[in-house]
Amino acid sequence: MKSEDTDRRIYEHPILGPLKDGKKCVIIVDGKPIEAREGEPILAAMLAAGIVVARQTEKRHEPRGLFCGIGLCSDCLVTVNGVRNVRSCVTLVEDGMRVETQAPEAAQWG
Amino acid sequence: MGIARPEVLVIGAGPAGLAAAIEAAEHKASVMVVDENVRAGGQLIKQTHKFFGSELHHAGIRGINIATKLVERAVHLHVSIQLHTPVVAIFEGVVVMAKEEKVLETIRPARLIIATGAIENAICFPGWTLPGVMTAGAAQTFVNIHRVRVGDRVVVVGSGNVGLIIAYQLRQAGSEIVGIVEAKPQIGGWGVHASKIRRMGIPIWLSHTVKEVRGDDRVRTVVIHQIDSNFHPIPGTEKELIADTVCLAVGMRPQVHLVEMAGGSFVYEPVLGGIVPVHNEIMETTVSGVYVAGDVAGVEEASTAIVEGQLAGLAAAYSLGKVSRPAFEERRNAYLQALEELRSGPFGDERKEAKRRIWNHYDQLKQ
Repeated sequence: MKSEDTDRRIYEHPILGPLKDGKKCVIIVDGKPIEAREGEPILAAMLAAGIVVARQTEKRHEPRGLFCGIGLCSDCLVTVNGVRNVRSCVTLVEDGMRVETQAPEAAQWG
Repeated sequence: MGIARPEVLVIGAGPAGLAAAIEAAEHKASVMVVDENVRAGGQLIKQTHKFFGSELHHAGIRGINIATKLVERAVHLHVSIQLHTPVVAIFEGVVVMAKEEKVLETIRPARLIIATGAIENAICFPGWTLPGVMTAGAAQTFVNIHRVRVGDRVVVVGSGNVGLIIAYQLRQAGSEIVGIVEAKPQIGGWGVHASKIRRMGIPIWLSHTVKEVRGDDRVRTVVIHQIDSNFHPIPGTEKELIADTVCLAVGMRPQVHLVEMAGGSFVYEPVLGGIVPVHNEIMETTVSGVYVAGDVAGVEEASTAIVEGQLAGLAAAYSLGKVSRPAFEERRNAYLQALEELRSGPFGDERKEAKRRIWNHYDQLKQ
């Protein structure tokens, strides 16, 4: 999982120092297990694993991802353990969490 | 759902809110701070750069360390800090909050200080919704707090201090900065930040803007073009840049929803970010007992936010009878003097004048 191509974590930082060895856990994104760190939001784990599309828009099916990063804009909504419209940028990971990047809810819009 | 009554409730645990809480608690008021985030410190915890200005206002200290100092001081003074607790409504003096985003609680504070900060602006162009286009604050949050690189090749839009700083910080974190695009014919931010960028060899394209962003499921290229003095595009000047990320650093506006719910009045002051709550020089709004401080009272900087917070905390404590009149006047004058000094230089003078107009509005509305 920790290949050069997909692991986007900043392990060394000139000001902040080395990344602390936080407790790791696993979340399942679209059926695929990815490594996460306790205390981080879902979207951080997704981006670290190279997943940039959080959802498709309801009407035009356009991709959306990180935009405001502070829970205001609703671009990064995902489905968590079956619950739709969870803000992945501010909702913290939990071990074993099932996350689905969100597809449009077709019935609602006809 | 009991209605508790702390003497002072502060909404927002950023520099202004924490400074307000500390000041009020120093005068023996009982103070509670609530914040929607899981960590206290507001934007300070994302700021890896050192502050400058006067020594009084934390010059030479990194933002992240200022946050730690403020939180420690507040905790030492028995300020109760409730995190992960957004305020969702204010009705006739009753503040409704969602404790840990689960349980609704109501509080009726004797005094309310609203320090909710600012929201980032965005500009729109074809492709602006593609994953990879984000605000500068989003990039800063993910890189400096969550420690995840948001992109390999980044175009920054806006050369104000935020744009210059985010370019520098993303580069520090290992991203390549393709360049900074600025619509105006001159750089917006301070020379000290701009020269750091220039020394790194990062181009700053003045009188340029983004024409469009292209990509399938994420940003692949960014097309920029030159604009004339009326901000109209000049045909034939397009450049297509290979990039996977666009950071928008195009200003902020006060986050005023809760001031509106509290019944505040507003004026339009573009130099302070747009719609700004009317307040007097000690930060009280037109609603008696409700104060504002920091970016919500007009977008400026962390150092002015801290002093405005101190003023608001002092004013709240004084109105509760916790401070003698001479002591209040002495501290108030010192804080006002500090703000005068912080609002100096060409940008500072504009903000100083805008603040004076806001105080005049307050006087007119209160007549």
